[in-house]
Amino acid sequence: MNRRDILRRSAAAGLLATPAAGLLAGCATSGGDDDKGDSGSYQGTKSEQNPLGVKEDAPLEVVIFNGGFGEEYAKSHEAMYKEKYPKAEIKHSATQEINKTLQPRFVDGTPPDVVNNSGAGQIDPNGLVSQNALADLGQLLAAPSLDIPGKTVKDTLLPGAVDVGSYDGKFLVMNYTYTVYGIWHSTKLFTERNWQYAKTWDEHIALCKQIKAAGIAPWTYAGIHPRYMSWPLISTAIKLGGPSVALAIDNLEPNAWKSDAMKTAADAWYQIVKDKYILEGSPGLDHKQSQTAWCQGKAAFISCGSWLESEQKDVTPAGFNMTVAPTPSLGSGDKLPFEAIRGTAGEPFIVPAKAKNVAGGLEYFRTMLSKKGAQDFTKKVASLTVVAGTTEGVELPFGLTSVVKALEASGSNGFNWVYNNYYRKLERNLVDAACGEFFSGRSTPAEFLDQCQNGADSIAQDSSIKKYKRAA
Amino acid sequence: MRHGRYPLIVSFLLPPLVLYGVFVLSPYLQAFQISTTDWLGYSAQADPVGLANFQTLLHDGYVWNALKNNAILLAVVPVLTIALGLFFATMLTMGGRRGRAGVSGVRGTAVYRLVYFFPQVLSVVIIALLWKEIYHPNSGLLNGALRAVGLPAPTWLGDPRFAFWCVLAVMVWSNVGFYVVLFGAAMQAIPRDIYEAVMLDGASRTVMLRKITIPLLWDTIQVAWIYLAIAALDGFILVQLMTNGGPNFSSDVIGMRMYDTAFGSETKFGYASAIGVVMFFLTLSVAVLALRAARRDRIEYS
Repeated sequence: MNRRDILRRSAAAGLLATPAAGLLAGCATSGGDDDKGDSGSYQGTKSEQNPLGVKEDAPLEVVIFNGGFGEEYAKSHEAMYKEKYPKAEIKHSATQEINKTLQPRFVDGTPPDVVNNSGAGQIDPNGLVSQNALADLGQLLAAPSLDIPGKTVKDTLLPGAVDVGSYDGKFLVMNYTYTVYGIWHSTKLFTERNWQYAKTWDEHIALCKQIKAAGIAPWTYAGIHPRYMSWPLISTAIKLGGPSVALAIDNLEPNAWKSDAMKTAADAWYQIVKDKYILEGSPGLDHKQSQTAWCQGKAAFISCGSWLESEQKDVTPAGFNMTVAPTPSLGSGDKLPFEAIRGTAGEPFIVPAKAKNVAGGLEYFRTMLSKKGAQDFTKKVASLTVVAGTTEGVELPFGLTSVVKALEASGSNGFNWVYNNYYRKLERNLVDAACGEFFSGRSTPAEFLDQCQNGADSIAQDSSIKKYKRAA
Repeated sequence: MRHGRYPLIVSFLLPPLVLYGVFVLSPYLQAFQISTTDWLGYSAQADPVGLANFQTLLHDGYVWNALKNNAILLAVVPVLTIALGLFFATMLTMGGRRGRAGVSGVRGTAVYRLVYFFPQVLSVVIIALLWKEIYHPNSGLLNGALRAVGLPAPTWLGDPRFAFWCVLAVMVWSNVGFYVVLFGAAMQAIPRDIYEAVMLDGASRTVMLRKITIPLLWDTIQVAWIYLAIAALDGFILVQLMTNGGPNFSSDVIGMRMYDTAFGSETKFGYASAIGVVMFFLTLSVAVLALRAARRDRIEYS
């Protein structure tokens, strides 16, 4: 080996080493300057016409979850935004994998301005909130509504719409749709058989007996995602014991899952398991399969949210006429009336804290929450929005009409819980598994509540998970 | 001549090495680094926590439950797949009774070989969805057949006693075809005259398989073993699509835990990386052990 060789080799090594150094600098966690501040963000002057201070020629990037609602509705919201700010360029994209698509951009500090954080690939909201990745939407609430005169955006929203997206009092997630959770049945089937939806639990069990005798399974559920059945069970408990039952669960209070109301509700629901009122094989069905069995008339009842009608559009027979109803009351001792139903805002939208055009993102939300924007959405995707009174003059499909009626009947008795937003893992993994054991008959009510409580305790004890508390 | 050699070698070697470094080595190294942080995945903030993630992992019952299932997969899937693959390949290359003396496959060998290979052509996702419908408790093919002959029809994927084994069966099913072809091709390379010689000596088919085929195929079987062992430590796609780890975590695997921790119900990327690092070492040790355990002298045909 001579000197020239050595020189050449070290030069080659240098070539190799340079990209390696670049690599280390480009590590997954080293991107995004924290001290970049707001220097790169667009800000216009606030005025009466422009309460959020949108810079009129600032570009806006919107990422939509391409799920049950599609992406067309968003395109018309974008067109409305563009109408007001013709100089703004809007970049629209739609994906089913929100987390995988956007995670690197969050880390890099260059997220889009508006994200529809929804679907199975949703980013755990707790993760985003605890890392201060979300912009405070408080300004939006205080801004005047775009086309409902004399009201702020907050005034135009249905009750509970703000609570769901609030973490420690800060409004961080704008949930756009209004979802009602209840028990669904086919009006057609019930009229044909001359059955009446039962208002009390005893009558419900009697009806189940009658339905079973007619050769139809009274119930079915998504055995692969059994958490769907936790909804009516917890609802029953809340109607018996009042909203404090939900409050205790949300705040991870000790033995919240083993309260008297939860015990009574679990015992009551155990009846349909014990008496085999559930379609055989249900534990092996996923949500689509069980909902389809229900649409085919193999089962009479199913627990679901108000997205059910659009999700089942392709397989629902004509004239099936699905109707939502509240969970039956346990008895006269119930704190809430039969009509009380769980209604909550869903379909989360966020503006990342590091978005370039935060003001534009908020203004986009204001467009969505205008009467025009909300009505357009309801027309396009047959779903309610959190904006009150925007269904007037819009023709709704049968199921959604029943949702509107149920909501009206429920009125101020409506209730909700948010532990599933605070601690996604608790509902998606732990309560889910417990429901699977319980509704397939492998565990008793006491064991079921123990398993839920153990799950809640494991979250409470995990110091790496940020905790939230809500007041009544 | 020597003059222009190094620049040439370097210019040929550099691009692949850089690509390998960027897309293979650097993610591995980063995973190691991330596994020692509490990174939550959606900000640039990641504080080093030393080995705390691995400590948590030691006491995480869900991880151990998943590892237990991977251990079962590791014990069962390679053995079953290789045994079935060897059996089918033998039948296809030398199972035929035609002419007594010669070595030939059963009738319709070409068709069988094609059919066995079908699952390999399908993507894993399609296989998972296909079997999900076959296992459908009410309208599935399997329960339809069971009911037709009057047997009880379990809920398969909905029952913690069966769900895991159902997925395991699909794993074997989807792999066997490839190894039939692999072993079949290797058997073709074994000189015919060896078989003819032992047949003249009156060896039965079982003896032929045990004393001639398997020893001569040993290299191929070893490779198959390593591939299958690595596949058994994964199993993520099938589990996620068919059971999502349920019911009640009965079909959980370690890959599923890692995915769920980072992208599913939580965003703990630091902890998920720690699970990934454990997976990396497990896979590595299994591969090394398999190579060691199966080491034998190589046979060369002259």
